[in-house]
Amino acid sequence: MPPFGNAQLKLLEKLCSAIAVSGDEGEVRKIVLEEIKPYADEVKVDALGNVLALRRGRGAKRLRLMLDAHMDEVGFFIVADDGEGLYRFETVGGIDVRYLVGKQVLVGKDRTPGVIGGKPVHLMEGDEFTRKVPLDALRIDLGLNGKAKVGDRAGFAATFRRVGQTIMAKSIDNRIGVATLIELFKHAPAGIDLCAAFTVQEEIGLRGAKVAAQSFNPDLAIAIDSTPANDLPAHDSSENTAYNTKLGLGPAIYIADGSTFHDPRLVRFLSEVGDAENIPYQFRQPGGGGTDSGAIQRALAGIPTVSVSVPHRYTHSPISLARLDDWKNTLALLHAALKKISPALLASR
Amino acid sequence: MTDILPFLKSLISTAGLSGHEAPVAKLIEEKWRPLVDETSRSRVGSLHGLKRGSGKEPRPSVLIAAHMDAIGMMVSSIEEGFLHITNVGGIDVRVLPGAQVTVHASSGEELPGVIAMPPARLLPEGEGNGVVAMKYLLVDTGLPPREVQRKVRVGDLVSFANEPLELAGDVLSGHTLDNRASVAALTVCLEELQGRNHVWDVWAVATVQEETSFLGAYTSAFQLRPSIAIAVDGTFAKGPGANGWQTHPMGKGVGICLGPNMHPFLHKKLTEVADQLEIPWFLDVAPRHSGTDAYPMQVTLEGIPTALVEFPLRYMHTTVESVSVKDIQRAGRLLAGFIASLEADFLEKITWE
Repeated sequence: MPPFGNAQLKLLEKLCSAIAVSGDEGEVRKIVLEEIKPYADEVKVDALGNVLALRRGRGAKRLRLMLDAHMDEVGFFIVADDGEGLYRFETVGGIDVRYLVGKQVLVGKDRTPGVIGGKPVHLMEGDEFTRKVPLDALRIDLGLNGKAKVGDRAGFAATFRRVGQTIMAKSIDNRIGVATLIELFKHAPAGIDLCAAFTVQEEIGLRGAKVAAQSFNPDLAIAIDSTPANDLPAHDSSENTAYNTKLGLGPAIYIADGSTFHDPRLVRFLSEVGDAENIPYQFRQPGGGGTDSGAIQRALAGIPTVSVSVPHRYTHSPISLARLDDWKNTLALLHAALKKISPALLASR
Repeated sequence: MTDILPFLKSLISTAGLSGHEAPVAKLIEEKWRPLVDETSRSRVGSLHGLKRGSGKEPRPSVLIAAHMDAIGMMVSSIEEGFLHITNVGGIDVRVLPGAQVTVHASSGEELPGVIAMPPARLLPEGEGNGVVAMKYLLVDTGLPPREVQRKVRVGDLVSFANEPLELAGDVLSGHTLDNRASVAALTVCLEELQGRNHVWDVWAVATVQEETSFLGAYTSAFQLRPSIAIAVDGTFAKGPGANGWQTHPMGKGVGICLGPNMHPFLHKKLTEVADQLEIPWFLDVAPRHSGTDAYPMQVTLEGIPTALVEFPLRYMHTTVESVSVKDIQRAGRLLAGFIASLEADFLEKITWE
């Protein structure tokens, strides 16, 4: 398997600390380009801002395999200047408004610090204390006469922290997928043509993946993402049967989600690789939600597609939590799969 | 004037929830020691710094009080490695989901954590869509359940851990600026008094447990028997969600508060000193309970003439409280100017009509 240590952790920290709200992915794109250029036979930034990189293998009858990881994150868009350093904003992507009060943000290209405040509890009346604050009552506060521009994006500001096997960071969804794809690209096995798609606008409708797949026209595709682990105890201590995934059980292989039945040949293949290599994996519980695979599978004449995700808790919140061993096993499983995959796999449907 | 910002940032980055103020008391004591003649602790943990005046003994004394305790949380039970929490002081539950925290574990370790808002399907019917009550929130340290069980006990403290953030226009934002910003103002005052003559003794006091019971202010005022007392605290700044009569613009000066907890003569004297020193100030009013250490100190012993000096603070009792550092410095200068103006017979001049 590819090396897994401090260098990989540093790369993840750098990626998580970057801010790349859907439609404005420049900060992550820059890191991706720096990392992969020395290994790429071809690399381009397309019309939407996707980074599309090709690394050719050697030998005949090579599979053309697309690996996808979205670069964008959920965040904020400045929509009006209220004066004196206060700005109205909209959310971009699925953010629960209950996460916003009392959080620190960074705004615009200069990463200007700001906060989203709330009314003091001392001044609340009636049951105000128990009502959620609607978005239109919130402002991003840049301090006295702090400056931002309408159109600026903003993201949560949160400190990257590691304790033992655990990391706590902003935007684990999906920088952990981006970091995984960078490592796979650097250590690509020779038997395939690896088409790496670092995509934009996943969080607002899988828009980058659609054109990336149309551009690469691959034989098959794997979307690498990060999926929620809702593995918390239930309020009444009853069994939590709807956990989606659990931390510590390894990469989550998708079988079915809100938009996609993942290609059963690929699902079986990945699980067989995991069994053969003693790499733990889990199946994500079938249900709603989705990844770039939803767009890729439908592209062109149809592309056999599967999703593999690193589980993480508290998705789309200011700070998420994941385990290093899950990440490591995701990288190991995918790398082993890339080494073993062959065109024969697609003949078996 | 020295730059108080670095000290203020270290103040809000140091633990000291109500009832457990020792870490921050130590930090303040180190800062104050060269600025005062002696330091000591009260029986319940408040920090006293005495700067002696130049008058003849027995000298009158002024007590300036800033509470050093912080609001936060406490572990109430442990389940599958997750921590249930209860509040220490007046926590706004709406700021908790997604907040970064530190668990001060019984093992002696400081464990990073994040506050989890469980999805609706893990909550009772109807609890999952609005503000989730504190009893359903969980602290996640990311540690395996066995390790949590070994390290953490019921009653361990949980404090906010988001780092201080410097905003535009000399604004500092972070948790616990209520009331460490006032500790910074007292420090500015003590620095301003260096090499300056003052007739009265000065007791600079960092009080404990203001947020829960005013314990420190009651007990230190009793022990030190000051002639007069001044509380320093934050008041409500104008800003998103706060524009009523209780609110005042941030960065435009200090508040000098009027109301039943405050002696009107001291209030007037403070406004005169502010005018003389050209320190911008505004009139704040507290028609009933001021919600500060002025409330307990006034009724200690046979009663103490008490005043309240304030600065506007945005988003009080949230993780992103914000203050103008200029206002903090102004409050410190006003206190020093007031203290230096106190003549030996000032006490006799205090009148009602």
